[in-house]
Amino acid sequence: MNAHENLLEVDGLSVSFDGTAVVRDLSFRVARGECVAIVGESGSGKSVTARSLLGLAGRGSLVTSSSLRLAGRDLRSATERDWRAVRGSQIGLVLQDALVSLDPLRPIGREIGDAVRLHSHLSAEDARTRVLSLLASVGMPDPERAIHQRSGELSGGLRQRALIASAIALDPPMLIADEPTTALDVTIQARILELLADVKSRGTGILLISHDLAVVSAIADRVLVMKDGRVVESGNTRELLAEPREEYTRRLIAAVPTDKPRHTPLVPGGASVPAVASAPDALAPAVLEARGLVKTFPSPAGRFRAVDDVSFCLRRGETLGLVGESGSGKTTVARLVLALATADDGDVLLDGGPFSELRERDRRPVRRRIGAIYQDSLSSFDPRLSVRRILADASALAPEADRSSVGELLDAVGLPAAVAGSLPLHLSGGQRQRVSIARALAARPEVIVCDEPVSALDVTIQAQVLDLLDRLQTDRGLSYLFISHDLGVIRHMSDRVAVMKDGRIVETGDAASVFEDPKHPYTERLVADAPRLVFAP
Amino acid sequence: MFVLWAVATLTFFAIRLIPGDPAEAVLGGPGSQASQETLDQVRRDYGLDLPLGVQYLNALGRLLTGDLGTSYALKVPVADLLAAQIGGTLVLALAAFTVAWAIALVLSLWSTRGSRFAASLGQGIELTSAALPHFWLATVLIAVFSSALGWLPPVSTGGPAGLVLPTVTLAIPLAGFLAQVMRETLLDTLDAPFIVSARARGESERGIRLRHALRHASLPAISLSGWALGYLISGAVVVETIFARPGLGRTLLQAVTLRDVPIVTGVVLLAALVYIVMTVVTDAASRLADPRLRRAEAGR
Repeated sequence: MNAHENLLEVDGLSVSFDGTAVVRDLSFRVARGECVAIVGESGSGKSVTARSLLGLAGRGSLVTSSSLRLAGRDLRSATERDWRAVRGSQIGLVLQDALVSLDPLRPIGREIGDAVRLHSHLSAEDARTRVLSLLASVGMPDPERAIHQRSGELSGGLRQRALIASAIALDPPMLIADEPTTALDVTIQARILELLADVKSRGTGILLISHDLAVVSAIADRVLVMKDGRVVESGNTRELLAEPREEYTRRLIAAVPTDKPRHTPLVPGGASVPAVASAPDALAPAVLEARGLVKTFPSPAGRFRAVDDVSFCLRRGETLGLVGESGSGKTTVARLVLALATADDGDVLLDGGPFSELRERDRRPVRRRIGAIYQDSLSSFDPRLSVRRILADASALAPEADRSSVGELLDAVGLPAAVAGSLPLHLSGGQRQRVSIARALAARPEVIVCDEPVSALDVTIQAQVLDLLDRLQTDRGLSYLFISHDLGVIRHMSDRVAVMKDGRIVETGDAASVFEDPKHPYTERLVADAPRLVFAP
Repeated sequence: MFVLWAVATLTFFAIRLIPGDPAEAVLGGPGSQASQETLDQVRRDYGLDLPLGVQYLNALGRLLTGDLGTSYALKVPVADLLAAQIGGTLVLALAAFTVAWAIALVLSLWSTRGSRFAASLGQGIELTSAALPHFWLATVLIAVFSSALGWLPPVSTGGPAGLVLPTVTLAIPLAGFLAQVMRETLLDTLDAPFIVSARARGESERGIRLRHALRHASLPAISLSGWALGYLISGAVVVETIFARPGLGRTLLQAVTLRDVPIVTGVVLLAALVYIVMTVVTDAASRLADPRLRRAEAGR
């Protein structure tokens, strides 16, 4: 037995649901202490693969393989009872978002303790000690307190740590992590990846599943690129990133926005944006200006200042990136700018004239000049209205002489005219976000507030949407207030950036200078933690 | 408090919409052939000759001092009457409530075990039982278990045997409602990511249900329970009459027929009070079962 013995051997794995194949003929190996990543878009079959390895492919699934061995043991003939003995003790599973991946009604101590209870005969006292030491080993501050807390009482990073603790409770030789850092802030994502790297260094084999090549490049030794249920390319991470053989892999690599200069298309072969537009006039007039915005909310400890003296100006034709982590007050700023919330102090000017100070009745006619795109486009649509109605309603707000037809709007965002008859629910995430961009354009705005417009999308779709926003800006001279927690996205999209932390803007300046030479320690940390393609893991 | 006032007011005016003279009710109904003097005397005694607004204020004033008045027909204080009757109804309602919860739990757990047959059958049973009217169910149960089989008495006199049929009559439709709500939540919960996490930990199907899913599934049913007890008490009117069982329901029915205003008002107020108490209790139970609610309040 040597350390590089294969821990997991999968050969010819196929999974189908009701006759539809979702995974076809998949083969790979994971050795002890090795991290293998499966990368692909939603629907590529990567999550189903992960679950099949636990015998949890689900109802109505047909799983076949010519070999499925864990530590030399054949799992193809495993009964449900055998699987239960394997799950947790031999293979652990970490899912996305511990808020819903840990039972929200039970304290995490009991969730983690369950794994211990199911596979060992420890006394209650010993099990408790084990849980405490597990929590300490995943970097949970104050485990004594944490075991009584539920997932909703912990921050995103801490509950993800708790979820990992529950998966490695019995020190399983194999850990499967399915999008373990998706929806986390960059700095927290970086810490969770460090934790997984730490687990790996203790000799655990890890199968990491993600849509984001930049995330996996940080810890994966080998990468399998999956598309439509098949592996299109696989190999050593460094070689695969440096010399991708397949077109699809190249697309995935190109889609990562980090370190891609502004106006570089993220989709290979996409029309590149003329360079003339890349330098908005530094003396261009401010189209939108925020002056000393303050917004407080009641909290147990007096009033909580969600937005604390925030001022910025957005010049015509430029993108101002507003970056910060969850809870930093970015979205509240967006709501104040859109006059959807009333500031306690300060005001918002549109084209030098009052906007936030207007009475609602007087503001309504000028509202159309500021558009908005949100992260969760689905919930921003009336689910019973067709795309045609949504766009027609929005374009009715535009000045009469300057209205676009539904067809023109769909064309502008690269959607086929046939989409007009659909309901938003029946569109894909990328299509929906295009519809919400079309809706924002319909009223002929001068400014668009983009609040995390690509955070819910796969990297490849994100790339398409970012390219689209970029092109529309050049074509129509739009100004964007672009809000995101993703530094890579912000940097790629912005002319200037403002870094927000705890309701305040801590640093502001040209995108290049802020990111290349951060002055504030917080900006420095954000820059260091942003996921980027690491060519030498 | 506001609810009690609103209920008292509504009852006071609604009962005056019933055609007929309350004074005649005091004297034993329209058939009593009472003379005009007697009627006038009664009107004066009961304050029925005063303007409606004054009558209302008088009634409200008495309620504030805790005086529910005296029954027109039976000539005994309403409070004593209610005190004597409430026990039977509460026993019946609580028994039916417990049985309904038990049936609903078993039915929803069984019908979500995965077989399509069990799911359709469970759904069928729920819909049918939720739609069954109490009077029909009671009649059928009596026909089967008393008349045909002779297992249980058709009349609910004291003793546990007499309690069975009325309890089952009340419990079955409610169980249908509760099971429907529970089954739906149970199915949603069984798809939740934390269930996958639990399975991946090696938890058994039984453990998944008992330790995780059941608690989530019971949350909406708990919130419904306040309403459910109100529903049971109103159902008691029918059931107590059919099984000739002493209780608030039967008292209410008789009082309405006799236009015995003080009793009707008393029963309605008492029901409202029970409703309010139950709402407070279910709120507390929800908070106990769902820590997220406690936190939401603490954060406010």
